Amino acid sequence: METTTLEPILAEHPFFQGLAPEYLKLLVSCAANVRYKANEMIIRAGQEAVHFFLLRHGEAYVEIHDPRHRHVVIHKLHEGDVFGWSWMLPPYKAHFDVRANTLVRAISLDGKCLREKFDTDNSLGYQMLLRFTPLIVQRFERTSLQLLDVYS
Amino acid sequence: MLSQPFRIETVHRESYDTFTVELQPTNGHDSFLFAPGQYNMLYVFGVGEVPISISGDPDRPENLMHTTRAVGTVTKAMAELQKGDVIGIRGPYGTSWPVDRAEGYDVVFVAGGIGLAPLRPALYHVLAHRDRYGKVVLLYGTRSPDDILYRSELEQWRSRFDLEVHVTVDYADATWRGNVGVVTSLIPKAPFDPLHSMAMICGPEVMMRFTAIELLKRGIEHEHIYLTMERNMKCAIGFCGHCQFGQHFVCRDGPVFSYAHIGHMLSQWEV
Ligand SMILES: Cc1cc2nc3c(=O)[nH]c(=O)nc-3n(C[C@H](O)[C@H](O)[C@H](O)COP(=O)(O)OP(=O)(O)OC[C@H]3O[C@@H](n4cnc5c(N)ncnc54)[C@H](O)[C@@H]3O)c2cc1C
Ligand code: FES
Repeated sequence: METTTLEPILAEHPFFQGLAPEYLKLLVSCAANVRYKANEMIIRAGQEAVHFFLLRHGEAYVEIHDPRHRHVVIHKLHEGDVFGWSWMLPPYKAHFDVRANTLVRAISLDGKCLREKFDTDNSLGYQMLLRFTPLIVQRFERTSLQLLDVYS
Repeated sequence: MLSQPFRIETVHRESYDTFTVELQPTNGHDSFLFAPGQYNMLYVFGVGEVPISISGDPDRPENLMHTTRAVGTVTKAMAELQKGDVIGIRGPYGTSWPVDRAEGYDVVFVAGGIGLAPLRPALYHVLAHRDRYGKVVLLYGTRSPDDILYRSELEQWRSRFDLEVHVTVDYADATWRGNVGVVTSLIPKAPFDPLHSMAMICGPEVMMRFTAIELLKRGIEHEHIYLTMERNMKCAIGFCGHCQFGQHFVCRDGPVFSYAHIGHMLSQWEV
């Protein structure tokens, strides 16, 4: 039931633009519709990184804890953003917390399920890498700017 | 040009290290005409002279305003001054934001940190002549929520239907409900038509470099991106060479430059 409704949603998302329909079908079998209440944790740092998410509604914060147990917000996620990529590489552990700031509706894709599909079809894996790499580079650039502390 | 004495009428603390002074000439002349983006040399008697952009409204020349961040000898001494104290003013100097050239275009202001101060006169001008421009967008980034300048004015601007304001901070604690992330992260989704937009950027050099790259990615042309450069200054009139930036003197040929002219020099650390 869910798979038939999620396919058009994935197809419309810019992240999957240009992906062959047969690949989309494969991905849909790893996808689920998820919802989080405001303040609910979506990803917890240090725990197994299972999913990546397409944020469809609401806002979420990427946070780290400093040694004084403060939550430091380092990035805000908006509708349309894609987050969670620690499931791609060992040790498959999340590096940051992600917390819903409002009601969040998202599509989650199961990383284990995806990895199995990438192992059997390297070309699908490559297609996904092409989509994830620019996001990772963009996050890296933005984090570098934050670290430079240009306003200090 | 000699410094003219100006009396401090008000001092407004914008944040823990930044303050705005409102000045009146002691000799009775009551207006100070300037173009948005121009700066003055401010002389703290007995301490020294520094270039500071004019941050007030060009349509209200009777109120000369400067917003300064206390970073070193002169600016820290200036931060100690109070209502009634007198400082020397020399200016206005330098090139201005292309507010006339921007007529008919969407206008995108991108400010980082204290960079909102030199942009504010251009924003005042555009808002005072709102019908001459397309969409107007202000993207403003600071280090943390405590560093945000002109808070009450930002709230007023935010409530206008004809101005899009997005503020972001590099870091925040969990009590902050606004955007977090560098100012460049606001550009991909900002509501302007890149084919018909003029961008004005002011902030630290690295921030301006990456902002220009993001604006170019969105499709704004090199010629439609303007930014301000800062270099140490002494004479402010193109004599001493202190402010040299490549073949330009920032005091005379700037501080506002077109990205088409200086963009290639922004990534050369030795310039
Ligand atoms: C055209 C122009 C317009 C400017 N407009 C403004 C403005 O509107 N508001 C404002 O607060 N500042 C502005 N500045 C910067 C301001 O002139 C300097 O912060 C000031 O000259 C520092 O002098 P000081 O004696 O307080 O610091 P100094 O004792 O000379 O230096 C103290 C520390 O500050 C650093 N520093 C010095 N100058 C700068 C600079 N330009 N940028 C960053 N760090 C610097 C030094 O490297 C040193 O570490 C402008 C500069 C220019 C060239
Ligand atoms: S400050 Fe003397 S040449 Fe520019």
